[in-house]
Amino acid sequence: MNRLVIELPGLSLKNPIMPASGCFGFGKEYAKLYDLSQLGAIMIKATTPETRLGNPTPRVAETPAGMLNAIGLQNPGLKKVMENELTWLEQYEVPIIANVAGYTTEDYVTVAEAISKAPNVHALELNISCPNVKQGGITFGTDPFVAEELTKAVKAVSSVPVYVKLSPNVTDIGAIAKAVEAGGADGITMINTLLGMRLDTKTGRPVIANVTGGLSGPAIKPVALRMVYDVAQQVSIPIIGMGGVSTIDDVIDFLSAGASAVAIGTANFVDPFICPNLIEQLPKKLDELGFDRVTDLVGRSHRL
Amino acid sequence: MIRQEQMQVVKQQTIATNIFELTLTGQLVLDMKQPGQFVHLRVSDQMEPLLRRPISISSINKGTLEFTMIYRADGSGTTLLSKKKPGDQVNVLGPLGNGFQIDKVEAGQKALLVGGGIGVPPLFELSKRLVEKGVQPIHVLGFQSEDVVFYEKQFQELGETHIVTVDGSYGSTGFVTNVLETLQDDFEVYYSCGPTPMLGALEKMYSEKEGYLSFEQRMGCGIGACFACVCDTTEKIDADYVKVCSDGPVFPSGVVRV
Repeated sequence: MNRLVIELPGLSLKNPIMPASGCFGFGKEYAKLYDLSQLGAIMIKATTPETRLGNPTPRVAETPAGMLNAIGLQNPGLKKVMENELTWLEQYEVPIIANVAGYTTEDYVTVAEAISKAPNVHALELNISCPNVKQGGITFGTDPFVAEELTKAVKAVSSVPVYVKLSPNVTDIGAIAKAVEAGGADGITMINTLLGMRLDTKTGRPVIANVTGGLSGPAIKPVALRMVYDVAQQVSIPIIGMGGVSTIDDVIDFLSAGASAVAIGTANFVDPFICPNLIEQLPKKLDELGFDRVTDLVGRSHRL
Repeated sequence: MIRQEQMQVVKQQTIATNIFELTLTGQLVLDMKQPGQFVHLRVSDQMEPLLRRPISISSINKGTLEFTMIYRADGSGTTLLSKKKPGDQVNVLGPLGNGFQIDKVEAGQKALLVGGGIGVPPLFELSKRLVEKGVQPIHVLGFQSEDVVFYEKQFQELGETHIVTVDGSYGSTGFVTNVLETLQDDFEVYYSCGPTPMLGALEKMYSEKEGYLSFEQRMGCGIGACFACVCDTTEKIDADYVKVCSDGPVFPSGVVRV
């Protein structure tokens, strides 16, 4: 019996721990530190049809128990991601979740159709929640109707299950979740970053060149946890939870709130070995809590 | 190889106003290859401050498994770091990045080393390596004012050293470029670390010379994954951008758009 195994649409995860998109590049840097095959899955950096050079610098700023970033979806573009990055990742026994982004519906459809055919891409993650680009991104994730239509369009062309990454920068995240479920989404990943800013106190100027950025890190965990807890009660598709996860207790909390797996973002920058460390700690934590399997924990807060 | 290690504080002292010299020991020292590389430090086990701090390596001693950093305590992270005492542990990720190339200069030739403020430290290990090789270093080190000047004597022991302060309170007055204008340019290669405008001025001044420049940029991961520290490039190279942490921090002159 493998206690850590999780079966999700398109994804047979050997454990529920995976690096979150944007915090792990395409894996090459972390592959120098540990064997990527240990990971449950890898959510690769957002891919757009063409090369994107991202935002001006400074792109990051530290905040209390967190950080702001406004990278701006920098990536080499669909062709290079498929030829160089995904091909290179084939040497590892790890399912890839490809994060798909764009300016227009056509962009999403183009990337989704092509990238879902890569042999190691087992699922897509529709990025309708990036707060750091002027077009696309979050504009698709704040209106339930628009989110549903985009999900439908991508579902129609994707060769693998489609997960939709939700933005916390909305009044009612449940409405967006239900809309993407109605649009045919196979799962939800949540949450993306919270829109925020930091000022240089001396000058009054924003620290980040983009003025605003996405807040991540331990500071946002309570918000993320509440949203996972809410959405888990409103949809029947699985959730991959994220938002400030940095300890094994955080992993347990997200599973309890209703996530079937957990993604790690900012914590990779603090401890680059965080993912394998959490995977190693998980069985012991299950023992401590008296659970046989990870699946027994999923959504337990709702059954109390 | 990049490792993460709990390294031990051997020594920490103030060497100028708000400037600290910190020596750590551990196995990670054995992996340090080039002068100009850096380490990424966690200054606290708590969530505040959360991110690591990139700090350049100023001196390496493989024999004693020790390395030294010189840094300015001017934020919450470096201020916490400055409180560490002998025996305390510091979580170190490193060595990171690509340092200064010293294979382009031969014994008997001269090399010009230009440092600005807190960009001076990595030039110290560089100068030691050059001297070991028989290269003659010429140091031009710029600081804001007398109270933040450091390592003058240490650099003097390695070779000709010129100190310049912006306010003229010590050494010559002005910027490093004011001193450079008075020197002969009979050096083979130049190396520099300091504020970006200074690096830009050097590139202009010595456009015919081979140079290596160490850049600074706000970092996230420190290993090339997060794309926080990218810089625009010039037409000279076939890449749209470079990452300071993993492609640099040292680049040949003319690569980064200044």
